[in-house]
Amino acid sequence: MLWLATKRVIRSGVLTFWRNSFVSLASLLVMFITLFAIGSIIFTNALLTSTLNQIKDKVDINVYFLTSAQEEEMLTIKQTIERLPEVAAVEYVSREQALAEFKTRHADDSLTLQALEELDDNPFGAVLNVRAKEPSQYAGVAAFLKGNDVLTESGAPIIDRVNYEQNKVAIDTLSKIIDSGRQLGAIITIVLVFLSVVISFNTIRLAIYVSREEIGIMRLVGASTTYIRGPFVVTGILYGIIAGILTIALFYPLVLWLGPRTSDFFAGLNLTTYYIDNFVEIVLVIIGSGVAIGSVSSYLAVRKYLKI
Amino acid sequence: MIYFDRVSKQYNSDTIALDDITFSVEPKEFVSIVGHSGAGKTTLLKMLLAEERPTGGTVYFGSHDIHALRRNQINKVRRRIGTIFQDFRLLSHLTAYENIAFAMEVAGRTDEEIASDVPHVLELVDLGHKMYNFPHQLSGGEKQRVAIARAIVNQPDIVIADEPTGNLDPVNTYDVVQILKKINDLGTIVLLTTHNKGVVDTIKGRVITMDSGKIIRDDPHGHYIL
Repeated sequence: MLWLATKRVIRSGVLTFWRNSFVSLASLLVMFITLFAIGSIIFTNALLTSTLNQIKDKVDINVYFLTSAQEEEMLTIKQTIERLPEVAAVEYVSREQALAEFKTRHADDSLTLQALEELDDNPFGAVLNVRAKEPSQYAGVAAFLKGNDVLTESGAPIIDRVNYEQNKVAIDTLSKIIDSGRQLGAIITIVLVFLSVVISFNTIRLAIYVSREEIGIMRLVGASTTYIRGPFVVTGILYGIIAGILTIALFYPLVLWLGPRTSDFFAGLNLTTYYIDNFVEIVLVIIGSGVAIGSVSSYLAVRKYLKI
Repeated sequence: MIYFDRVSKQYNSDTIALDDITFSVEPKEFVSIVGHSGAGKTTLLKMLLAEERPTGGTVYFGSHDIHALRRNQINKVRRRIGTIFQDFRLLSHLTAYENIAFAMEVAGRTDEEIASDVPHVLELVDLGHKMYNFPHQLSGGEKQRVAIARAIVNQPDIVIADEPTGNLDPVNTYDVVQILKKINDLGTIVLLTTHNKGVVDTIKGRVITMDSGKIIRDDPHGHYIL
C-alpha cells in the first residue's frame, strides 16, 4: 500500500512537472539562476581562500642563532618549536646554506662578495624560518622563543634575535586583511545564498499559488495531506535536479575558459583543475542545494492551502 | 444518515449564514434545497463537507460529529461523499480519465480496479469516447458529466450537488438531472441545491426551502415555491 501510494505520488509529481510546462520552465529558470549563484560562490570562495592562503604562506618569522651555537642544540630547539600547536612548519637554514644564499642573492655585487671573502670566518648564523598556522599566532610563537624554554641545557642563550618585532606591523596588517577577506567572503556568501533561496522559494510558492484551487479540489475529493503535498514536493525535487544538472553542465565550459586566466591572476589556482578535482563535492552541493530548496519550498508553500 | 442539530453559522455580527437549522436526511432520499442567493444553501453543504465549522450546533454524518473528527477521519468521510459543483472543479492538468482515477487513487483503490471502473463510469455518463480529453477540451455539459462520474465512482453514501446545472443549457441540464435521479434510484442520497424551478419540479422529491439562513419550508413531495 505504501509502495503504491509512493509510486502514485512520484508519477503525479512528474506529470505535474511535465504538463504545467510554462510554470515548470519559469521555476527551472529561477532555480538555475539560484544554483548558478551558489556555484559561483563556491568558485569565488576557492579563489579567495587560495589567495589568502598564498598571502598567509608568505608570512613567517625568522629566528637568528648566534654563530657560536651548536647545530645539535639548534635542531633540538627546532624540534621544540615544531611541537607547538600553532606552528605549521619550521625550516632550518644552516650557516653554510645562509652563506650560499647570501652569495647567490648578491652574485652581481662584487664589492660585497669581495668583502665577504676577506673575512676569516662565515659571519652568518643559522636561521629557523617559522611559519604559524594563522598569522595572528606569531605573537605567541615569538613570546615562546623569548622565554626560557628555548635555552640550551647549560642555560645559555643561543638565539641572537627574532625578527617578529620588525615584521609585527606587516604581520598584523596581513592578519587583518586575511580576517576581513574571510569575513567579507562569508557575509557575501550568506547574503547571496539567502537572496537566491528567497527568490527561488517565492517562485515555487507562486507556482503552487496557481494550483491552490486544485489543492482545494483534491481536499474535497478526500485526498490526504501526503497525497496532495507529495506530488508538489516531487516536482520541487525535479526542479532542483534538472536545474542542478544544467548548472553543472554550464560551469564546465566556463571554468575551462576561466582556468588559465585565474591561475595567472589568483596565485596559481586553476579553476578547471579545481572543478575536476572537486567534481563530486560540487555536484553534491549544487544538486543537493537544488533538491533541498525545491522540496522545502514546495513543502512549506502547499501547507497554506491545506487548511480546508 | 445526516443530521443537522440546531446548526448556526455567523461570520460576523451582521452576517448570519445559518440560523438554528435542524433537519435530517434518511438513506435513499433525494433532497432539493432551494432559496435565493445568500439564503445559506452552499454554507449548509460546506458544513457537511467540513469545509466550514458551525458557530453553534452539531452536524452528524452517521453517528459521527463531523467537526469533532481528526483530519484523516474527515478525509475518510469525504471519500464517502461525492461532490458536484456549478464550476465543475476538475483538475485542469489531468484528463477526464485521470480526474476520475484520482478520486479512486485517494480512496486507496488498486490500479486494476481503476482500469476497470473508470471506463465503465465514463460510459455511464456517455463520455467513453472522451476519456483522454483534458477539461479545456470539453464543453460545460461534458465537464459536469466528468464531475458526476468522479463523484459516483467510489460508490459514495451521499452525492452533494451544489448548483450543478447553473452553467448548463437546458439540454445538458436535463441530462444532469436524469443522471442524478439514476444515482438516487440506485440507493445513494442526493443533496441538490438549485435555483432552477424546472429541475425541482422534475425531480418531485423532498424540497427544503431556505431564506436568510433559516429553513422556512420542508415539504416531502414539494415544489419550488419562493
